[in-house]
Amino acid sequence: MIARLKTIYLAIIFLFLYAPIGVLIAQSFNASRYRGYWTGFTFQWYESLFTKDRILDALYNTVSIGIISAAIATLLALITCLALREVGKKSRAMFMSVANVPVLNADIVTGISLMLLFLGMGMRLGYGSILLAHVVFNVPYVMLCIMPQLLELDKSYYEAALDLGASPFRAFIRVVLPEIRSSIFAGFLLAFTMSADDFIITYFTRGAGVDTLPTEIYSELKLGIHPEMYALSTLVFLTIAIFVILFAMNRKAQFKAEDLI
Amino acid sequence: MFRSIGLRNLFLVPFCVWAGIFIFVPVVFIIYYGLTDTAGNFTWDNISMILRREYYSSLRLSVLLALVTTIVCLLLAYPLCLILVERAKSSGAIIILLFVLPLWMNTLLSTMAWQTIFEHDGILNQVLRIFSLPDLTLINTPTAVVIGMIYNYLPYMVLPLYVTLSKIDKSIFEAAKDLGASAWQTFWKVTLPLSLPGAISGITMVFIPALTTFAISALLGGSKLLLIGNVIEQEFTVEYDWHLGSALSSVLMIFIIVYMVLTFAFEQSHQEED
Repeated sequence: MIARLKTIYLAIIFLFLYAPIGVLIAQSFNASRYRGYWTGFTFQWYESLFTKDRILDALYNTVSIGIISAAIATLLALITCLALREVGKKSRAMFMSVANVPVLNADIVTGISLMLLFLGMGMRLGYGSILLAHVVFNVPYVMLCIMPQLLELDKSYYEAALDLGASPFRAFIRVVLPEIRSSIFAGFLLAFTMSADDFIITYFTRGAGVDTLPTEIYSELKLGIHPEMYALSTLVFLTIAIFVILFAMNRKAQFKAEDLI
Repeated sequence: MFRSIGLRNLFLVPFCVWAGIFIFVPVVFIIYYGLTDTAGNFTWDNISMILRREYYSSLRLSVLLALVTTIVCLLLAYPLCLILVERAKSSGAIIILLFVLPLWMNTLLSTMAWQTIFEHDGILNQVLRIFSLPDLTLINTPTAVVIGMIYNYLPYMVLPLYVTLSKIDKSIFEAAKDLGASAWQTFWKVTLPLSLPGAISGITMVFIPALTTFAISALLGGSKLLLIGNVIEQEFTVEYDWHLGSALSSVLMIFIIVYMVLTFAFEQSHQEED
């Protein structure tokens, strides 16, 4: 009885979380341009998606800004975390909280303050300003991923490598990096996700003519979304869903295999 | 890992320069704009505008809706995470992933989907009409905004709560049971205190974005329901009063600082108890 109640509870929340996603996916196959009215099944939005330059441009900006900002943020976070490993607990906590300010602050405050900074520096708002802003809020996410694993790292392997004649750089590449690879990767992915989904900070730091997918969607909202946008979002969502599910199944298979051994 | 303190400090230089330019100076900028007029003279006028009825009521509404959203998210997520931790044993990580996967659908699009559901002739009312039930008026009400915020922020509550709950050593529950605690007592005295850190980070991750959003309220609240985020956005993009917009942002920043200090103090006192 209680087990059934639990399943019902899971099902209700599941329905709540997937209802709007279902609506969006249905909309991507709907022949009508208007929301909420079903006039027939079609693939035409998927076909015309590849001719919509505005959407493709926004997609390109989103992906390139995501990759570049995540890469810069990962590099900066890695350098900083390596040094922070060797400072006292109090200074480390202080550095971490300073890095966290753009995330803890409301997005709207971070976005506006960066806009004021860029304009104050005489910068033109555009691709570059969005990129910089994304690095600002990505750094703390990567640091939060890398720092714990770096703190657990045993320093003696690195020192052994040095004693055996490796240069510090080589010892770092061959000994330290493999140990913290998974957290660097996780930090990069998290940063990319945050960058690709950010709307508010991008909205304030973008210039005329440069859009990412979220700001493009926002500007389309007033005049009605191009149905191609539903098609694109459906494709992106399903791709990620398939990857996540494959990953989880793979992990489960691994656990099972370990149990057997 | 460094041969000298000097070399270590050299590694900290890029971050310090970075933080100075992109973290410290922007905050100074926003406070400077908030405390000056268009001629650059010092003034309290912008800050004191928050006491004007229209701004004050927006702020009050924002705090109220953010509180409701946070509480509902916590109440929904807690039993959900307890069940998920239990089910993860048999079905693995996939079940928790299913509940955070919606995060990867764009916020604006899923909020717009709620608009499609809630509209006067929307999907919800079309379904209700099939069963000859009366229409519901949800669009452009605070309820719709709260549902939209719960939808978007629930995974941020689920994730940290799930992680802390799944890390609790199962033998503690057995010990509580062996010592004669009822299920309710075990929950109240064991599970709840141990999951508190996760709950606090969840509350933070829901409350702050809920307090300051403008997109969700613009889509589901209509033009009459203005949250403080909408007011600030309009000052920058419609009214072009950057000084007032910055002043209101500074007020928001003060709210967040107070919230952070409170949670920090709470966590400290909690740690001392242990």
